[in-house]
Amino acid sequence: MAEPFTTHTGLAVPLDRINVDTDQIIPKQFLKRIERTGFGQFLFYDWRFTGDGLPARGFVLNEDRYRDATILVTGDNFGCGSSREHAPWALQDYGFRVIIAPSFADIFYNNCFKNGLLPVVLPGDTVRRMLRNAAEQYPYSVSVDLERQVVIEPGGPSDPSGAPEPGGATGPNGSPEPGGPSHRFEVDPFLKHFIQEGLDEIGWTLQFEDDIAAYERTRSTG
Amino acid sequence: MPPKTMYEKVWDQHVVKEMPDGLTVLYIDVHLIHEVTSPQAFEGLRTAGRKLRRPDLTYATMDHNVPTTDRSLPMTDEIARLQVDMLARNCAEFGVPLYDLDSPRNGIVHVIGPELGITQPGRTMVCGDSHTSTHGAFGALAFGIGTSEVEHVMATQCLLQKRSRTFEIRVDGVLCEGVTAKDIILNIIRRTGTAGGTGTVIEYAGSTIRGLSMDERMTICNMSIELGARAGLIAPDDTTFEYLAGREFAPEGEAFDRAVAEWRTLATDDGAEFDERLALKADEIVPQVSWGTNPGMVTDVTGVVPDPARMDSENDRRAAEKALSYMALEPNTSITEIEIDRVFIGSCTNSRLSDLRAAADVIKGRRVSPRVTALVVPGSHAVKRQAEAEGLDRVFLEAGFEWREAGCSMCLGMNPDILQPGERCASTSNRNFEGRQGRNGRTHLVSPAMAAAAAVAGHFVDVRDW
Ligand code: SF4
Repeated sequence: MAEPFTTHTGLAVPLDRINVDTDQIIPKQFLKRIERTGFGQFLFYDWRFTGDGLPARGFVLNEDRYRDATILVTGDNFGCGSSREHAPWALQDYGFRVIIAPSFADIFYNNCFKNGLLPVVLPGDTVRRMLRNAAEQYPYSVSVDLERQVVIEPGGPSDPSGAPEPGGATGPNGSPEPGGPSHRFEVDPFLKHFIQEGLDEIGWTLQFEDDIAAYERTRSTG
Repeated sequence: MPPKTMYEKVWDQHVVKEMPDGLTVLYIDVHLIHEVTSPQAFEGLRTAGRKLRRPDLTYATMDHNVPTTDRSLPMTDEIARLQVDMLARNCAEFGVPLYDLDSPRNGIVHVIGPELGITQPGRTMVCGDSHTSTHGAFGALAFGIGTSEVEHVMATQCLLQKRSRTFEIRVDGVLCEGVTAKDIILNIIRRTGTAGGTGTVIEYAGSTIRGLSMDERMTICNMSIELGARAGLIAPDDTTFEYLAGREFAPEGEAFDRAVAEWRTLATDDGAEFDERLALKADEIVPQVSWGTNPGMVTDVTGVVPDPARMDSENDRRAAEKALSYMALEPNTSITEIEIDRVFIGSCTNSRLSDLRAAADVIKGRRVSPRVTALVVPGSHAVKRQAEAEGLDRVFLEAGFEWREAGCSMCLGMNPDILQPGERCASTSNRNFEGRQGRNGRTHLVSPAMAAAAAVAGHFVDVRDW
């Protein structure tokens, strides 16, 4: 069962590309495992590693400062392509809890919720700014509050737009903490409920077992 | 009653329970499974001590990572074999019929469903594979799901869904000679982009679509996911019913006639509303070739590689620059000047009998260019048998193509059929993403006829001049 998701604060890494497809997120040669775990090592494999299996220089996830990133900020139509749930498994196993993008592909978006990984849709210009901030500020630590459906950027003078978040503070070592501009996002109430509680969807559907059986009876005589 | 779209009709017939916010427990008539996206789902059932509710509505095949060379030899890829063995064990344990490598019914999941008559109008169908949209060609509501949902369907025979928006794409008029269903769908994706259908279920309509064979309709619906749609539908008609008559799992005799009467009621009512619409003229479509790293990066065979500098949107420009650098192409190069190393004819998009016939027509009496290695992988054992009965295998072999066993093969390169780094391939498959056919491999999506002509010429050619 997926871990419940309520709030999360973490370092954001910018992956400034659009149409990142699931073949990129987890190349097919790693789909042969029969478990749900252990896919993180293969995340973005062809971008992270050279042909010889060495870390590829210049790929953002290989930069030291993003080593502990848990929030991925990226471009439009993230997760397009195949239905492989190995994609959210790999992202989650690598350590990501939140993906922020202007848009997602449908199947991927749904798959995320089943795995305690929260996809957040924000307007294109907000995401563009966050991509820039994540590249330029360090540490760029972002908070996501699912209950209130807001993403809160770090405080500080860098960005005057967005509503300032009351109660923002500066971290103990002077680094900016969330407390800056906040952005509301939309999420389907049902998906929200499930990921918040870490509910077992199958168990939920099975409460309608009688309805399912009744439906089957109408079909078999029809 | 207000007029309804076909999607709404099929949906309404499958509602088990609808919550006030629209969340629906939707009944699934057919669940297709394969070796790659099912092991974790079976494991989930076992861990939770759950049964597979309807093994009689579940069908399994092995296709994604199976070798397409001599099947009597053991599989050399240990991990792939483990997945294949695992599927066999799981199917035995849960009582699911399995069309394994030795079965005459084996093949790519989206080829065998229709071929066996499992795919029928008005059914809801799912599979842990995004190209499940293929089955929509019959007026079945069919979509790809993730592994958690595979487990959900196994345990409940239902899915939790909300209604999608609807999108009508009309194609009217007569196609030029040499222009195929593949060119229609590539042209559509080129117009909409790869996210143009996100959140929608598409219905393809219009006189051109009505005139297509079932094989061609499947090619169109197959790629619905490449514009981001959940599913693609085509209203069932006489072409559909003729195709289904006599198939193994299709109803027979009077039951078939009753079914046909029922199926005829599925078509979208006059005056039904769609959330989005797009209209194309068939005679404006010429053979299409993809130049980039997603299926929306497509142009005419008579055209040139686009120049990113002349693109309006910043996003498009950057994506095009990345794509051209990956594809090692210069802006403004004529498409017909692009030389290729490999040709792949296969995949659930274009591996049915009529696809192989179209390719064979083009190469008959000619030879594959010395610079090209070319491969034909039929979509199923049945397609392979029929093609061999017609002598198509000889045509391919004599021209210098390899003639393989059925499977997904180089469509996704999970088996040994992959591109080497830097190799350029004319492929009849559906995805040209980076690395899709092998790390640093370069894929150009085309129709079977275009792929065959490119195999002979060693570069793209306009098959209308062939
Ligand atoms: S042929 Fe390709 S797209 Fe079709 S099911 Fe196989 S891997 Fe998926």
